This record gives sequence, C-alpha cells and structure tokens, in this order.
Amino acid sequence: MKQLDGENMTISALVMTLNLTGKRLAIEKNGEIVPRSQFSEVHLQDGDKLEIVGAVGGG
Amino acid sequence: MNKQLIIAGKPYHSRLLVGTGKYKDFAETRAAIDASGAQIITVAIRRTNIGQNAGEPSLLEYLPPEEFTYLPNTAGCYSADDAVRTLRLARELLDGHKLVKLEVLGDPKTLYPNVIETIAAAKTLVKDGFDVMVYTSDDPIIAKQLEDIGCRAIMPLASLIGSGMGILNPWNLQIIIENARIPVLVDAGVGCAGDAAIAMELGCDGVLMNTAIAAARDPIMMAGAMKKAIEAGRESYLAGRMPKKLYSASPSSPTSGMIG
Repeated sequence: MKQLDGENMTISALVMTLNLTGKRLAIEKNGEIVPRSQFSEVHLQDGDKLEIVGAVGGG
Repeated sequence: MNKQLIIAGKPYHSRLLVGTGKYKDFAETRAAIDASGAQIITVAIRRTNIGQNAGEPSLLEYLPPEEFTYLPNTAGCYSADDAVRTLRLARELLDGHKLVKLEVLGDPKTLYPNVIETIAAAKTLVKDGFDVMVYTSDDPIIAKQLEDIGCRAIMPLASLIGSGMGILNPWNLQIIIENARIPVLVDAGVGCAGDAAIAMELGCDGVLMNTAIAAARDPIMMAGAMKKAIEAGRESYLAGRMPKKLYSASPSSPTSGMIG
C-alpha cells in the first residue's frame, strides 16, 4: 500500500501525479468502481482507499 | 458441419485460445500468438505498478484490444467474491467488455478449481450480464450445472494448470461433451500438440492453453504446432475415425490376384 497526501485531489489529478496518464486502467475507491468518465469529477477524501488495476499477461 | 466456433453469439475461425503469461517479453508473446492464429487471448487483472517505469510498454500496446478478443480471467482468485470483483474491474478496464473467463481456485499447491465458489460466482456474473466461459473440474454434473446457470462455454481441465500432464480422463470429457449444448473447451493441462489433437478428436469445441506454448523450448514453433494440431484434431473428429478392433483379417491390399 502507498500512502499519499492529496486531500481533495480529483482522481484525474491523482492519475497524473502517479504518471499513469494515458494508461488503460480501472479504479476502485473504497470498494466501488469509479467509471473512467467520472475521474475528473470524483474528489478524494482523507482515508480513501484506492485499487488501481490494469491488464497483464496471464493464462 | 459448423466450421466456426461460436461463443456468446460471436463466430471465431480459430479454435485455439491462448494465454499471454510466462513469456520472455512482450515481443515473444506477440510472435507466439501470431503463430498460434488465436483470436481470443486471456489476460489477468492486476494492481498497476505505481510511480515506476511510467514509459514502459504495456501488454495492450503489443496486443491491441481492437485486433483480438480479450478474455480477462480471474486467475489467482480463491473466492467467488474476489472473482466477481476482478471481472467487474475488467469490464470497466475494457470498456464494458462482457466475455470473461471465470476460474476460482481451491488450493495454491495444485490450483485445482473450487467448484462450489465457481458456481456461486457464475450465478452472480450471469445475473450481472457477463458472458461467462467457466474453468472447472471434469465433473460432468458440475459442468451441466454451470451450463444451466447460463454460462456461455464450459472449460474443464485436461489435467492441472501448468502441469502439462495431458488428458487424464477422456471419458469424463466425453460425457461432458455429450451432455452439453454450449461449447466445451479443454482448459489447462495440455502439454504438447498431440494432447491438443486428442482433445479435439474427443469432440471438444476448442482448447485454451498458455504454459504448453510459453514453456516450450521454442514457444513460437510450438504455437504453430498447436494451431495445426487443433485443426487436424477437429478434422479427424469430423471425418469420423474407423472403428477399433483387436484384429480385422481385412488387409488394405487385395487378397485376389496373388502370384504363385
């Protein structure tokens, strides 16, 4: 787990901070999927937990 | 005779489905998949490495989703909840894509499927609108239940994942195939092209494999061998084999016109 200081940051801004802009990924916030179309609208609160996933090689 | 494999209403000319794991690098992955002729490729869903190697190429750049049908899997999931959660993320990741491979494992040592959790996950996913291709044991009763739940394809193991042990129970596979009204694909356990051909000769609609290609000494050559084996096995099945008998007393050359 990685702790970040980013009170009130949007998910879009977070994605940019993490150098993930343009990557195909899906994000869960506190167990709920955040649709990509809402990345720029959803603001993060202190204590929010995110899962950021992508597709990798697998069988 | 149906020439194409139809899954969830969509036709595929290739009956070989391949995984994208365990290759040396993405270039080798791509070359092997090209040699296999596969149209459906499995991918895993994993946490993204954050804060490192931002410019590094991703699997999706080597295998554009526009060129292939992606089959996101739930490899590594040991509960129905984890599997469902993974595939909902996959659906978001792949822009609403519905075709998925469900596998729920029961044991990290053998990777044997947990059919109870698999059934629970299948019910949720089908209700949620997914087209589920389901990895399961070679138990014909469980296979039928998964079909009745509404799965789009049944994928029994030939032998354990990554074992390369080949088809250990052709009789169970035959019962599953006989009972099923949806495609049956062998998933896991195929070790060589001969195994793939046997699966197809049993009447399987297709075969899904990863390690048999990726762990071959020459993965790209093996991918080509698998493509041919799947085609040969399918044609052999459709052509209908001669009956087996202990002896026939019916030689292939004429018995008349012998000299002397």
